[in-house]
Amino acid sequence: MNHILPILILLPFTGFLLSLIIPSRNENALSTLAFLVTGLHLGILSVFSVYWLIHGHPHLNIKEVVLFSNEHYEFFIDFFFDKLTLVFLLVGSFLTFLVAYYSRYYLHKESGYKRFFNTILLFFTGYTLTVCSGNLETLFMGWEILGITSFLLIAFYRNRYLPVKNAVKVFSVYRIGDVGLILAMWLSHHLFGENITFLKLERIPAWIESFQTHSLTGTFIALMLLLSAAVKSAQLPFSSWLPRAMEGPTPSSAIFYGSLSVHIGLFLLIRTHHLWEMQYTMRVLVAALGIATAIIANLIARVQSSVKTQIAYSSIAQIGLMFLETALGFHNLALYHFAGNALLRTYQLLISPSVVAYRIREQFFHFEPRKPSLEDSWPKRIEYSLYVLSLKEWNLDTLMYTYYWQPFKQLGKKLGNLNLNRALLLFGLSFIPALISSFYQQNIPVYIHHYLAEIFAGIGLLLVLKAFTERRQTTLAWSLVLMNHTWVALAISFNEKVGAKELILYLSGVAIGGISGWLVLRRMKKLEEGINLDQFHGHIKYHPKLAVLLLLSCLAVSGFPISGTFIGIDLVFGHIHENQAFLATMVSLGFIVSGIALIRVYARVFLGPHLKSPPEMPYRSS
Amino acid sequence: MNTGTTGLWDEGAVLHKLEHYLPAQAPLKNFVHHNTLHAWQHLPFFDGCRLANQSLGYKTSLNLHEFRAFYTKGQIKEETLRQTIQKIKGTATENHWFNLMVNVEIHPNQKPRIGLLRQNWKKRYKIDLDSLVYPLLFRLLCSYLDQGVSIWNFPVHQDGLLASLRELERNSVVSIFKGKRAKEFLQSENLSIPFLLERIVGDPALYEQYLFDQQFGHQGWSGITASIEASPESLLDPKPISLKDLILVELLMELDVLDHQFGPIWAPLSTLLESYPLPLFEKGERELYDEVLELWQLAMEWSYYNPVLSGISWSFSQTIQKKTPRFQGLFCIDDRECSFRRHLEDLAPACETFGTPGFFNVAFYFRPFEGKFLDKVCPAPVFPNHLIVETEADSHSEEDAHFHQRSHSLWTGWLTAQLLAPWTALKLLNNLFRPSMSAAAASSFKHMHHATQLKIEADDVPQLENGLQLGFTVEEMADRVLGQLNSIGFTKNFADLVYVVGHGSSSINNPYYAAYDCGACSGRPGSVNARVFAFMANHEKVRELLKQKGISIPESTRFVSALHDTASDDIVFYDIESLPENLKQQHQENEKHFIAALDINAKERSRRLVSSKSKGPAALVHSRIRKRVVSLFEPRPELNHASNCLCIIGSRRLTRNVYLDRRAFLNSYDPKNDPDGSLLLGILKAAAPVCGGINLEYYFSRVDNQKLGAGSKLPHNVMGLIGLANGADGDLRPGLPSQMIEIHDPLRLLMIIEQVPELILQILNQSPETASWFINEWIILTAIHPETGKIYLFKNRQFQELTLVDEELPVLIHEEQLYEEQEGNLPVFIKKGVEA
Repeated sequence: MNHILPILILLPFTGFLLSLIIPSRNENALSTLAFLVTGLHLGILSVFSVYWLIHGHPHLNIKEVVLFSNEHYEFFIDFFFDKLTLVFLLVGSFLTFLVAYYSRYYLHKESGYKRFFNTILLFFTGYTLTVCSGNLETLFMGWEILGITSFLLIAFYRNRYLPVKNAVKVFSVYRIGDVGLILAMWLSHHLFGENITFLKLERIPAWIESFQTHSLTGTFIALMLLLSAAVKSAQLPFSSWLPRAMEGPTPSSAIFYGSLSVHIGLFLLIRTHHLWEMQYTMRVLVAALGIATAIIANLIARVQSSVKTQIAYSSIAQIGLMFLETALGFHNLALYHFAGNALLRTYQLLISPSVVAYRIREQFFHFEPRKPSLEDSWPKRIEYSLYVLSLKEWNLDTLMYTYYWQPFKQLGKKLGNLNLNRALLLFGLSFIPALISSFYQQNIPVYIHHYLAEIFAGIGLLLVLKAFTERRQTTLAWSLVLMNHTWVALAISFNEKVGAKELILYLSGVAIGGISGWLVLRRMKKLEEGINLDQFHGHIKYHPKLAVLLLLSCLAVSGFPISGTFIGIDLVFGHIHENQAFLATMVSLGFIVSGIALIRVYARVFLGPHLKSPPEMPYRSS
Repeated sequence: MNTGTTGLWDEGAVLHKLEHYLPAQAPLKNFVHHNTLHAWQHLPFFDGCRLANQSLGYKTSLNLHEFRAFYTKGQIKEETLRQTIQKIKGTATENHWFNLMVNVEIHPNQKPRIGLLRQNWKKRYKIDLDSLVYPLLFRLLCSYLDQGVSIWNFPVHQDGLLASLRELERNSVVSIFKGKRAKEFLQSENLSIPFLLERIVGDPALYEQYLFDQQFGHQGWSGITASIEASPESLLDPKPISLKDLILVELLMELDVLDHQFGPIWAPLSTLLESYPLPLFEKGERELYDEVLELWQLAMEWSYYNPVLSGISWSFSQTIQKKTPRFQGLFCIDDRECSFRRHLEDLAPACETFGTPGFFNVAFYFRPFEGKFLDKVCPAPVFPNHLIVETEADSHSEEDAHFHQRSHSLWTGWLTAQLLAPWTALKLLNNLFRPSMSAAAASSFKHMHHATQLKIEADDVPQLENGLQLGFTVEEMADRVLGQLNSIGFTKNFADLVYVVGHGSSSINNPYYAAYDCGACSGRPGSVNARVFAFMANHEKVRELLKQKGISIPESTRFVSALHDTASDDIVFYDIESLPENLKQQHQENEKHFIAALDINAKERSRRLVSSKSKGPAALVHSRIRKRVVSLFEPRPELNHASNCLCIIGSRRLTRNVYLDRRAFLNSYDPKNDPDGSLLLGILKAAAPVCGGINLEYYFSRVDNQKLGAGSKLPHNVMGLIGLANGADGDLRPGLPSQMIEIHDPLRLLMIIEQVPELILQILNQSPETASWFINEWIILTAIHPETGKIYLFKNRQFQELTLVDEELPVLIHEEQLYEEQEGNLPVFIKKGVEA
């Protein structure tokens, strides 16, 4: 049995790799590949499930590859299979198979046919990896893939303004969830002293349970997990990203936002329930969040006058109920509910264009002038107020703007003007002495040494904030992000004795991605006579290869699981002590913002309407 | 209140001008094709296109690169290109121009003027007003107009958007505005457009331009507002609204956003301008680039027109052996019926077919059984006085819980998700792998049921319902039938069976379904009209009256109505059981021909539907086509009017021996039967706007699919059942989606009339409105002389004889093989050995 599980993960990944080499004109080969891969996956999975069920449905755990290890720590890929995996995998495989078949015809002749199937297959890889993961690290790999494929599919119509804008927006919200997971991993390392597998969690000795229940660390882990789950499943207060993600072709919206991606938060909650279920306050919190989301999202859903946003909000409300069910301990119910909701919303999205013909016909024969709704029985003042509030989506979108992006922007703006040369000069003047002093750490007075790590990480954070708000100089923004990483590395080396190997691993992706990205930007600057970050440029139209290269560079630098930085980030956090909340906050905020700053650079330079062809440009509002 | 004319500001005039230029697309269920650039139609075609481009930034022509691609492909012929240059620029400079067109890289110099004023918010004030205003504005507007998506409707609908919003805000603790000022202004007595513009824009000289910039920033929503204001009955659930209200609300929201950003005091826009932008509609220069594109357009058009005219001329010159027809058929003028008629005539050589607008000269409203509303089933500009009611039928409604609003509620949604899940999974599987008709589809055959009773004949004292007469009197019927038969020159040689074939289209997952039905029936299937017409023509008393007017229909002749589904290529005949026994048998024979013709028609269509295989016996290909129609994942159920570009008014002799693919609107007309041209005028009055409208909508959606068309339909989101937008916060997208126009080549309609040129000139003088289509060349008009067969081109209000380019046309052989192998445009073929 243990051999089958890796096949289920490798299959979509192989499919993805193969799909990259098929020429984009060959629609048939692309869709056939996707159809075969997903079909085969569903087939193997079904047979495997039956076999697994007959053989007493054991919880399988496979330690696959050790990616990094030293005396204190091991970073390894681990797979796990139980009922939860089974349900999520079956539903996911079934729906992806159907959507692949559907899209084969639906996307015919669409420019980006290949891109679509590439992304779907990569998404499926990420989904399978997440669902089959046996520890948080593996889960995080899948999680990151889901995030980036979401970005790519929302921005599928990359020459229009709104899809690109919304893609960046959704990516930024996702980033919060990423950091929630990183912090949860950080503290669980400290708590358990290892990279713990989900299987082990099930068998936690009672003493750890009590430790967990009472310690601040336990609470914090649980909170971070809930944060990540809430972001990914569009629970309060993050809900407003989901309707805005409905920018891609209908089947991609169906599979991502109607069904699979949006339920991953629920998956995380159930998967890690050992880490929070014993804490009654946490259970109450999860339940409360679920109920609040269910009620508010339902109100918003009721006033939606467009089909897709209506489905989005009603799906959010149902997931709220699933959170509630999970908090109450009804995991089976939540699982069944998930399957039903995923199928229902996928189907509703797939048939959403039919709504016009259906409803108009229904109305033609059954019209009653202005059907009173439930709300009409309420006092006018309450009804109208709630209506306006729901129409404004309870200000959720504004809320994200005011309390999330706005503070970053304002901070960044306060940093004033900076140009590349001056930045490099300042960097040289401050970093080199700091670097030198790191070799003489023993000579630095303890009371200063104590704060240095925090100060350095703070400098790094300021730099990425500047990068995030920079409007003109692209290469400056890029360099600032790179500088942040070096400051973080320095901060860590001040915090604790760190092996050079670890730092090199951490900086490897930053260096490679940083240099290649920098070269791309330089080249673009030359080719297009100046690029800024004040607007979208849409250069992907004429420079698709450079665009891919920059995207890969962004991913390498931001710690996507294609570079050593991915493991490096985990290692860096390993060297932050559990009582160093401030340092952890600085570093993690730095990660959030640098990820957004990088994707912003990519989007601004390569995506959006192309400036050179105004007459064929779509409207900004369309 | 200050709404009248004060100084520079004439509100009525500005609103009127805005309405004139905004897209005129009706809500989805009433999709009617029209010239997208209707606002410029009073100008010559190229001038109109150029001005639309200069002012509103529409791309109104293919670009140089696209034309050159057609040239390389051979679709624009070098010979025609050179001839065009010679004709327009003279022979002396031919090579110079030829080189310019083919080799030199030329760019336009002028930039569109729309938006130049309003972009100063971003430039000077560093504020992105659009992204702060649009999402809420669109949501507000959509919720207000919503026809049945939301569960909880906009709570007030009193005297328009503004009044409703006032009432809503008065009774709500929460406001749509952030600040106090906008909230106070909303309720203020003084609220008016200039009142707000004074604060936002400042200088009254800029008011008009500002409003244009503002409304054309989201021309979809503004357009639908203006369209609903003009015809409120286009919504089943009426929502009073006006463009003025929309502008007021938008200005208030802008003011609010600016207040929020800059505090209570900020300078209006005009004070920070360095210079005023160019006036929007001032005529710009005609550049070299424009000239070159015009030449290309003409060359592309004549590369196709030339062989068509040669082919028609050849066809006309052939003598056809006339046989007594075994049966006859009346079909719609629609370009999709042109191939069906051809195949029917080929397979059943003793049949004769006619083309005429598919409402068959019977204009009325139709109320289906249990219907709560009326459907207009005649051309959109006609407002009939009659009503036809379906009195007995099965219920029209079908249900599918997946569409139910309750699935979006919290508890019922919870139950639905739990209980429906297994069924949903099966349904999905079934729908994908074994597509079939379902409640989700729009089926043409459900417009009127097969076995159903219509009340067609009025009572002796006609009943009135809502001011409409229930049914037609005998005189009225005779009048309609006479008009119809005369117009197509079908006044003698009646066969035993005369079919009256309306058409409609079925599709699934297609919000544009109304655009696929019969245009002459206001975007509804033509089944009721066909049936009503057949009833009238079979009516004994009607026949008596007709006889008095000179048309005697033999007693043995029966009219049989039918509906052709242009997507599935199926046909349904009505009232067969009422035929006498001998005709029933004849009909059974004929029906086989119809079915065989439809099989091959489906095969012919399949060649352009790439994801459908064309190889194999016709019946098999046809079965694939049927499946495609009900497939959820098929964004192209059929290709509708794509590739249309001809309209031929004359006898079948003009077209019987020539293969025009499926590109021609065919209207039958007998020039000898119309000495004073009055019948022709009647035909032209309908054909010019209908065919011209269809042609130009395809034209402009094709050349600028982003601004004048709807872009790809794949990401579309249904807004309030009235329109489509991309994603959650987008503007509505009027026009046609890319899937409908991708195989369409933008050629203007070539109209060919079989009549003496002098007579045509005479009747054009009688109807300046119709004539303007041709004078301004939005439609190219030619005449073929019924005696001599010479061809004349209408130019500068005159007909000039056209010397046809000597061109050898290929002969059509191995027709089916052609359908299996050729995907793209086919040349004009001549057909030899045709009988009729």
